[in-house]
Parts: sequence; C-alpha cells; structure tokens
Amino acid sequence: MKRIGIDVGGTNTDAVLIDGTRIIASMKVPTTADVMTGVVNATRGLMERDPSSGGSRGQTVDAVMLGTTHFTNAVVERANLERIAVIRISLPAAASLPPGVDWPADIRETVNPMIFMVDGGHEYDGRPLVPLDRKAIAKAAYRIADAGIKSVAIVALFSPLTTACEEEAADIVRSIVPDVRITLSNTLGRIGLLERENVAMLNAALQAIGRKTVDAFGKALSEAGIDTPFYLTQNDGTVVIAEVAAQSPVYSFASGPTNSMRGAALLTGLQDAIVADVGGTTTDIGCLVNGFPREANNIVEVGGVRTLFRMPDLLPIGLGGGSIVDLETGRIGPRSVGYRITDEALVFGGTILTASDLAVAAERADFGDRRRVRKLDSGLVRHLLDRTVTMLEENIDRMKTSADPVDLIAVGGGAFLVPDKLAGVARVLRVEHSDVANAIGAAMAQVSGEIDQVFSGVSRDVALAEAENIAKSRAREAGARPDSLKTIEVEDIPLAYLPGGSRRVRVRVVGDIAYGA
Amino acid sequence: MAEVFPKESIDALAIGAWILGTGGGGSPYLAQLNLKHLYAQGKRCRLIQPEDLADDDIVAVVSQMGAPLVAQERLVDPTYLARAVRLMEEYLGQRFAAIMAVEIGGGNAFSPFLAAALLDLPVVDADAMGRAFPEAQNTSFAIGNLKMYPLSLVDCRDNEAIVSKVPSWIWMERISRKITTEVGSIAATCKAPRTGAEVKEWGILHTVTKAIGIGEAVLKARRVHANPITSILDQEGGIQLFAGKVTDVDRITTGGFLRGSAQFAGLGESQGQRFVLEFQNEWLVALGNDEPLAMSPDLICVLDTDSGEAIGTETVRYGQRVTVVVLPSPDILRTTQGLENVGPRAFGYDFDYRSVFSQ
Repeated sequence: MKRIGIDVGGTNTDAVLIDGTRIIASMKVPTTADVMTGVVNATRGLMERDPSSGGSRGQTVDAVMLGTTHFTNAVVERANLERIAVIRISLPAAASLPPGVDWPADIRETVNPMIFMVDGGHEYDGRPLVPLDRKAIAKAAYRIADAGIKSVAIVALFSPLTTACEEEAADIVRSIVPDVRITLSNTLGRIGLLERENVAMLNAALQAIGRKTVDAFGKALSEAGIDTPFYLTQNDGTVVIAEVAAQSPVYSFASGPTNSMRGAALLTGLQDAIVADVGGTTTDIGCLVNGFPREANNIVEVGGVRTLFRMPDLLPIGLGGGSIVDLETGRIGPRSVGYRITDEALVFGGTILTASDLAVAAERADFGDRRRVRKLDSGLVRHLLDRTVTMLEENIDRMKTSADPVDLIAVGGGAFLVPDKLAGVARVLRVEHSDVANAIGAAMAQVSGEIDQVFSGVSRDVALAEAENIAKSRAREAGARPDSLKTIEVEDIPLAYLPGGSRRVRVRVVGDIAYGA
Repeated sequence: MAEVFPKESIDALAIGAWILGTGGGGSPYLAQLNLKHLYAQGKRCRLIQPEDLADDDIVAVVSQMGAPLVAQERLVDPTYLARAVRLMEEYLGQRFAAIMAVEIGGGNAFSPFLAAALLDLPVVDADAMGRAFPEAQNTSFAIGNLKMYPLSLVDCRDNEAIVSKVPSWIWMERISRKITTEVGSIAATCKAPRTGAEVKEWGILHTVTKAIGIGEAVLKARRVHANPITSILDQEGGIQLFAGKVTDVDRITTGGFLRGSAQFAGLGESQGQRFVLEFQNEWLVALGNDEPLAMSPDLICVLDTDSGEAIGTETVRYGQRVTVVVLPSPDILRTTQGLENVGPRAFGYDFDYRSVFSQ
C-alpha cells in the first residue's frame, strides 16, 4: 500500500513516499509562489527516488495526502474570500447581536456578508423555539439569487443538538438557487452561536478558493503522472477525500502542526506523549492522546475571528532555531531571523546571535562554522540555554493534564534546542526523518467521525454509548472501514443550571480508509 | 450627578466584573459586546451615585437568569432586560428612577447598562452582592430582610410572568428558577423593586466604580508592562494567598450547581506548599494543609499570573499558572445575618467565618 504525503508550508513543501509504514523516499523543496510547481517538483522527485517503480511513475501509488495552509492564509491575509450570505435562524432570540458583529472590520468588509435573520431554531432540550419561518427563508433565497451570491452559511439556534431547521432551510434555498454552495453550521461547530456562526461564515467565504485549490492540486498531481484519489489533511490528524474536503476548508486550519504531531506518533509508535515541533520562529507544543492531537476545548481566533470548533490544542511559544538573543536583556525570542537564518546567524557568517548559535557553541548542535561562536563566554551560553530549557519546561507542563511525567517527542528543524533531560518529562525521544514528520503524518493519515452533543434525562452510560454510535456512523460515512474503527477520545462535562443531569459529551473515533468504497 | 458612562470604560468594567465574579457569574463577553454595539449605534448610559437617589425613588434591580451554556446560544438581548423593567412598572403602576445590578460579579454587571441604554434611565453605582453568588438569598437585600417580591420575568417569545408574592427568598429562588427553566433556561428578570432609601441602606455601594477601577488597573499594568496582580492588590487592599499552578480539578454538578475543587502546587514564594480551592459556581473556600485560609464572603479570585485575567470555575484546568488573591468583602456580608446567608455554613461547611485579613 503505497502513499505519498505532501505538506505545503509557508517556506518548504515537504513530501514523503511510504509503503505501509516504511519510508521509501523523502523530499524538501521550496514552496513556490504558485504552490503547484512545488507540489509537482516534490512529487516527481519522490517517484524518481522510488527504486521499485521502475520509472513507471504514479501507477503504483494508492493515494496522495496533501496538507495545505492555503485556507488559513486566505483568512489571515483577507484575500481570495468570496462574498457570502448568512441566514441565521434564531429569532426572536439573539436579535441584538447580528452575524459578524465581533469580526475585525477589515475582514467584515472583504466578505461583506448579506445578512438575514429569521424566526426558528430549537432549545437545548429539542423543543422548537418558535415555528420555522419558511417564507422568510424563501424570500432570502430570492435576494441571494438576485445578488449573484454563490455561497451561503445557514445557522440555527442549538443546531448541534437539533439539525432540522438548518436542513430544511438548505432545502428551501437549494430549490430556489440550485447552484449555490451551502454551509450548515451544525456540520462544523459546537454550542456557542456566534462562534459556530463565525466558523460557518468563514467556511462559506472559502468555498471558491477551496474548489480552486483542489482542482489545482489535481492538475499538479496529474502533471506529475499520478491519477489516484487524493485527500486533504484535516486539523484532527485525519484525511478526507479532496472533493469532500473542498466543501469544508475550515477543517484544514492548523493541519500543518497536526500533521507533525501525527508523524511524531507514527515514527515513535507512542500513543500518549507531548510533541514539541521546533521550527525557525516558534515551537508548537501539542499533546498526543491515543495517537492523535488533543482538541482545543476553547475559543481559537483565526485571523482575528473567534471560532469554536474542532481545532488542535496547540501552545505556540516564541522559541525556534532562529530566535534572536538580546544580550542586554537576556531575552530569547519572540523575534526571529526566520528563514534568513542561513545568512544572518553567526555560525553561517551573519551578525545576529540566534538560539542556534548558542546550541552550536554549547556543542548541542553541529552545523555552520563553530569557530565563529568560539569567543562567546561559555558561562553566558549555558545561562541563556538554561532559559530556553525553562521556557520549554514551563510550557510543556501547561499542556500536560496531570503531574505525572510524560514522554516528549522532539521534531522539526530546531529539535536540537530540546535537551535530553527536562523536568516533568520521563523520556525525550528523537526520530529519524524528524524534519519531514509533517509529510509522514499526512501520508499515514486515517479518517474520523466525531460528535459533540448535550444529553439530558439519560444516564451517563446511555449518553456515552449513544454518542459513540453516532461518531462511528459518521466515520463510516467519511469513508472508514467499519472493522477498523477505534474510539480515541471520550469526554463528558456535567453542565450547571440545567435540569435532568445534562451533560455535554464529545466522542471521536478513527478508522482506516476503505479503499474502493 | 449623572455622568455619561464613557465608552472607554466598557472593557475595564468587563475585566473588573469578571474578577469580582470570583470564579462564577458567567463571562461578561456577550453583554460587553452588546453594550459596545449599542454605543456604536449612538446609545449612551449614565451612571449616578446612590447618594443622589431620593429616598422615595424606586429603583429597578435587573439580572439575566439561566444556564451559561444556554446564553452561549440564545445570547444576551438588551430588549428583554428593558422589557422586564417596563413590565414591572406596568405591574406597580409607578415609574422607575434608575436601574441597578443585583450582581456586579460576571456578566450581570452589564445588565442594568443594557436595559438603561434602551430606556434612557440612569444606572446606579451599586449592586446587591459586591461579587457573584449562586442564589437570590445571597443578596444584601435578603440579608436586610427586605421584601423579596414582586419579580418580573421575560422571555423572548412574549412569555411574561410576575411572581407577585412569596414567603421567603428561597421560595423566590425556587419559583423564578422553575419558570426560567421552562422558557429554555434563560430569562431577563427585574427583581423586587427597591426604594432609594433601601438602596442606600442595604445596597453594596460604588461597586461599578470599583469594578472599573480594577479593570483599569489591569489594563494600565499591561500597557506599562507592570505586574497586573500587584496593581489589583494595591487598588483593592487585597492580599496574595499564593502563586502556583493548577495540579488537579474535580467537578460534579448537583442540584443544578457546579461543585468541586481545584488543587494547586505553589511556585516561587509559595514553593513546596499545596493549596485547595473548593467551589460551588464561585470559589468559596481556600485551604492550605487542610486548614481553611480564606472563605466566603471574602472574595477569592483566581487570576492568570501573567495577564491578571480572571479564571472561572468552569474553565480552570491543569497546568494554568495562577495567582490566588483575596479581596475584602463588603461589611454587610460579614454581619451576623450576612454570614448566615453567605458565610461558610450557608454553603454547607462546618466551620465559622474567619477573616484572612485579621490574621
């Protein structure tokens, strides 16, 4: 079973070819301005390095897994976002805070949402708030058609618990504007109307670029001679077939760090560990639970927009190989020379003292010209490196869920900044191919199913069992092989001031891809 | 005199109210967003001092009741808070002179502002808790044994209710909570009206100014890269109980409340020490070596050590670096009757109140 994993980062496009769990070839090429040339180059390079393919190119590859920062960049740069309409079904509730009320002005102007608020929605216990105003939705649909808007977000009160209003509204809109693309908030977000609505609106605004990117990837792969199905990596460490992924671009947010964490898990075989992905400017610290990144349970801002949905729980700290050391204040980072490290760091002939220079001076790393850091005072170097260790230790501890020592996997180009001994850490593990851990994580990805719902009036056991069943059926729908399904996350939280022993239950299952399904 | 409540104070009020929430009271975010939205539409609020109330003025006491989770969906809408006030006026056949908060801690600090912005009534610089507490019998008006009825309650679907008479604050809590649950666990309420004289005698005065002062101290400290916690303590005459990290959190819900405890390991000056905070929606008791160190009604606040931001009992989690401070409680909460309503025994503890400030 051969797969290619490609992770398109801001600086590098990393790619690997694997057979089962064996790494046949890996590549690191610069990300090109048009992105796709880099993808073609990386893919061709891999095929050429595959001794078994005998130059027959892509015929032996079963699947290609692509990770991309395209969609995050579009939000952050306020570029390539399309105009959307949003239909919020919640009146007479929530009227005072219209959709987009808490967006930064610049992105609100770019997306320029056409806003409709109509009667309907449900309560937390499944009762309708008021009857759904179907006429108002039809009227909105005609105005959407007139304005030529092609992408619509539909959001209803408590839709993660009762999806009926959003689904019915979608049917009405589709019957009037057949070619419109529709994002239903319940398919993406959690309880929290504004935050879920924000996710749905961002997703709607990314529909055009989602489509365009998937088409371009398809073209790039066929240019490289590959015509097998391809998948996009998602921010929970799994993949979705590209056609389907194009409908939910928001699930690609933060998929890069997620891929690194999955790669770290697969390369070490560890299921539960902390991962420190040390790059040039930042270190992302994440937590593996059952081999997958732990999800954030709190609000995450994307380009200044508050969201609450499936995002990995990541703690970025301003420490990387290129972090600038200020000798006057003793401060290390958050400023960094970034990708200019090979010109500007002392050991590479530059004039700026970086964290990498400290590591080389202390013989913790060996690159560049060590003679250029020889005159640094060894006591000072030790003192400064101790500070980086303290930064790592404190932030690793923040990501732990208990005081017990954990294993730590150090990956990324700056992994040499992680010492072999850290307080609160049982073992520090390093892996081969650590610099392409992200592409490996992509190549080996599975598919998932998830549920996040409030259960009332049933016992905890019944609620957990029902949640697990729903998550499993969603994973099957996403293309998982039923006999491979495994529950990897179960969380339940009792809720205050609600009757009937209400609890919010979140369950996630994963399984292997059912090829040819 | 009535002063226009400046737009610049909105963020400070939110930070300060969240800190005075002592772990509960619900996040002020949605209410804060509403007030900003109203200000952007040109609406303004006025703040008056309780001393400026005439003895026979009547004052509306408002709050949003319900489950924080439901508020995240149905949000907060000033229209219904304003309607609860009007409904009470209709029932009484009298006009209110001003509006005040029942609870300065958490999101309800904003409730009178949201109603006032629509009704053009001034907001009184006072509340009835000086912090956050779970229930109606925890107010200073209950401590003063003032009349606990009538209460008006409004839902966004034109469901309007008056609880015209009850024999006790506990009955008021039970009945109004039941109606709230029936309309979806969220409702705007106008509590038993107060006269100007009652507000001046039994209200907890100048708490809006206090919350803004705390918020401004935090904002200023952040601007000049000073320690926000030191600023809060200087401002309020509070004491730092300990600084450390969260090592365990244990939560259960019973009787509709979030109860549990959080454990902390000391860092820095508190190195090597262990602390426990017990909560029932709000932080109630701080224990060191199993001995109570600080307790309700004194305000136990858990703050992010770096930012000074409050951390709630619903969001506290392992690994957070926190500083726990105690701020003095309003005098009225420490009277004999006060302690009966909000002292440790009121929350099921088998010990008497002891002040951390006199030790």
